[in-house]
Amino acid sequence: MKNSIAERVNDFIKNYPPFNSIKPDNLLKISGQVSIIYLDKGDSLFKKGDSFHDHFYMTRNGAITLFHTSNNNTQEIINISDGGDVFGLRPLIAKENYKLTATANEESIVYAIPIDVFQSVTQDNAQVQKFLITAFATNTYDPYTAEETGKIFVDYLPNTSQDIVNFQTANFSKNPITCSLNSSLKDAAISMSKHRIGCIIVVNEENHPVGIITNSDIKNKIATGRFPIETQVTNIMNSPVITSKKDITVADGQLQMIKHSIGHLCITKDGTVNSKLIGVLTHHDVLVTLGNNPSVILKEIKRAKRTKTLRAARLKAETLIKSYLEQNIPLSHIIKLMAQINDAVSHRAVHIALKKMPSKPPVKFAWMALGSQGRKEQLLFTDQDNAIIFEDVPEDQYEETKNYFLDLAKLVNKSLNKIGFEYCEADMMARNPEWCKSLTEWKNQFDNWILNPDEKAILLSSIFFDFSTVYGDETLTSRLSDSIYATLNKTQLFFKFLGRDALKNPSPLGFFKQFLVEKNGDQKDLFNIKSRALMPLIDAARLLTLSNKIKGVNSTYERYEKLAELEPNNKELYESCSYAFKALSKFKTKQGLLHNNSGKFIEIGTLTKEEQLKLRRCFKPINEIQETLTLRFDLKNFV
Amino acid sequence: MGLFDIFKKKKNFPEFWVDYLSHFKNKKDAAVPETRFIAFDTETTGFDMQEDRILSIGAVSFIGKKIDVNNTLELYLKQDVFKPETVEIHGLMRSDNVDKISEQEAIRAFLEYIKGDILIAHHAGFDKGMINEMLHRHGLGKLKNRFIDTGVLYKRSLHVIYQNNTKPYSLDYLCKELNVPMVDRHTATGDALITALVFLKILGRLDKKKHLNWGYLLNR
Repeated sequence: MKNSIAERVNDFIKNYPPFNSIKPDNLLKISGQVSIIYLDKGDSLFKKGDSFHDHFYMTRNGAITLFHTSNNNTQEIINISDGGDVFGLRPLIAKENYKLTATANEESIVYAIPIDVFQSVTQDNAQVQKFLITAFATNTYDPYTAEETGKIFVDYLPNTSQDIVNFQTANFSKNPITCSLNSSLKDAAISMSKHRIGCIIVVNEENHPVGIITNSDIKNKIATGRFPIETQVTNIMNSPVITSKKDITVADGQLQMIKHSIGHLCITKDGTVNSKLIGVLTHHDVLVTLGNNPSVILKEIKRAKRTKTLRAARLKAETLIKSYLEQNIPLSHIIKLMAQINDAVSHRAVHIALKKMPSKPPVKFAWMALGSQGRKEQLLFTDQDNAIIFEDVPEDQYEETKNYFLDLAKLVNKSLNKIGFEYCEADMMARNPEWCKSLTEWKNQFDNWILNPDEKAILLSSIFFDFSTVYGDETLTSRLSDSIYATLNKTQLFFKFLGRDALKNPSPLGFFKQFLVEKNGDQKDLFNIKSRALMPLIDAARLLTLSNKIKGVNSTYERYEKLAELEPNNKELYESCSYAFKALSKFKTKQGLLHNNSGKFIEIGTLTKEEQLKLRRCFKPINEIQETLTLRFDLKNFV
Repeated sequence: MGLFDIFKKKKNFPEFWVDYLSHFKNKKDAAVPETRFIAFDTETTGFDMQEDRILSIGAVSFIGKKIDVNNTLELYLKQDVFKPETVEIHGLMRSDNVDKISEQEAIRAFLEYIKGDILIAHHAGFDKGMINEMLHRHGLGKLKNRFIDTGVLYKRSLHVIYQNNTKPYSLDYLCKELNVPMVDRHTATGDALITALVFLKILGRLDKKKHLNWGYLLNR
């Protein structure tokens, strides 16, 4: 019988993954079994700890917020599912209780997709499986769930900030050691010990793998006396072997091993047992490949002796980041990771430069990262913004000391440039004598900016107030922070200037809720996501952090999280700001990767309606935070 | 037809009609969230209850806030009278490539689907009238189900000062006010689903005002 509603459901879901990679006939089978659920604002679809449903869900209209509730009952937004997003995927992967709570952010209509029907038509669809695993990791991953162990898919979830699985092809051992069907176990064992290997493959005349003998077989079947040592290998080998093609991914390899509870996969020419053996993928190989991850890159950086090695390592990290973005790994994670790598690179660059200097530094100093690197939000290569702070010295030694550090800075700036961080156009680099100063000079400099704010001071402070120590003595920067907060206590005017600056970027949406695009120039009709959406959030976070005297929290989303902690009555706003910042950064980075630029300018017309909606949703907190600033710092009449 | 005839005829009622009537014996109200509702809509050849005929009936049923797509009703009726001018609105052609059934079969399927549960329609009077007229043509009685009209219910859900007697409260207007996506508008099943969503949204609002009870819904 004709079912128009099923057809309309079908028309909608077929546009979105994973349904877009399902064949039309199969898709119609699913659509016919969907339930349509209406949720009022605040209605929960499932709560943390609820037993799993027979359905997973796709948002049709509205938005569903996924929360993680921690033990002390604080809620953290993990994701917001808009039209076309799937969620509640846990029952697809593991039959266990929900870990998150799904609540309607606004009035919503949700499609409930029956899991049995879905699985019956998709079990052989690798694309669908891959999407679901990634989507699941995105929706659930957060530091709390990562601590769980022993779950089937734990290997697919990032369990430390440095250990995120990638889908690269596994590196298997070629030219495996084999023996023939009629060799004795003793001969095989001799061969194994000669080659220092833990397993041997038994092959037939055509070199097709027939069985495998591992150390544990020898332990369990020979050493226990069950078989004599001269027995034929065919008596004790494990047969048949599990085989695979040579382009198997790490994830697949691992999955096969878990599924068959084995430690070795035979790689054959066509992937079946009836073709030539070309290699063996061992559990150890998988672990080694998994090792090709940020922690390995970090190690490489820390051991680098030359700038060239640093550049190679940084480029490797870049590729890794791209693949993480494609896999929808949470952005807060990627940001943290990249911050660590960038800091390590700068740290090592300073270290290498110090080695090149004729003498040791005359006094203690610190290398500071400024701007986005200082905020630890640099994802792709950008300009370098940095400065040096050194201990106060008697006047007669000042000239000499300063020259030493300027020389050092020249070396570091040069090598950073070589690594890929371009010179700053405004020359905000440590090699500029203006930004290579003693502690007292810096204190005076900041005091001057704070007490005599003008256009230039505000512009510079937006870069300099986000400093963080990359190398050297942290007590210097810490004393500088203390001095800054002491001076900030004396004046309110500076906050007003910062506030005005934070508001100078006009709201992203016009009166008629249209996107405000650039009016002229090369970027005419493009939407500037950086200045209209990201900068207001960054500026507001900085101002609020300074006025709340928060020390040592530099990244924008962490600043909002900290603010949410400090001001419980504004918690919701700050949390949505933190979320909006992450979502917008991801947007920008993805656009950047897509068009091979900074991603700053977006052509609104090329976005899907859902993407536009997502963008708009992020703008709401921007307006709200700007209103908060206006009220708090009394900016209404401050022009 | 006299009173006597009705009693005489009762014995000849088809079984499905007797089954249908049996749903109303000893029927008790369950709580609203556990009650089965049926939102339905008819597409007709016109607005004259005597002259015009039902082209199609669409219905969706739900308990709570969940509508199962595999349990919807979609009927297309064979036409003796065909009016070309209605094709424009409903897009239903006489030779359209759908399975069509006779009025008798349609009545039977519809009654089996609705049982004794509560019917929801927008401007319910018209749809009710068309169905009753069809039942009458086949010598059957009127629908016994209780009706909720989403237009009336919506108006009643507004504060008295916002109610507007001149406003028609059309389905289109409600969709806009309540932010219901207008998909497949002017097909029976599409409108039935829209009506169901409109109803659920009004219920959500009533729930907030603590008005969610039978007396209010059925205007008793």
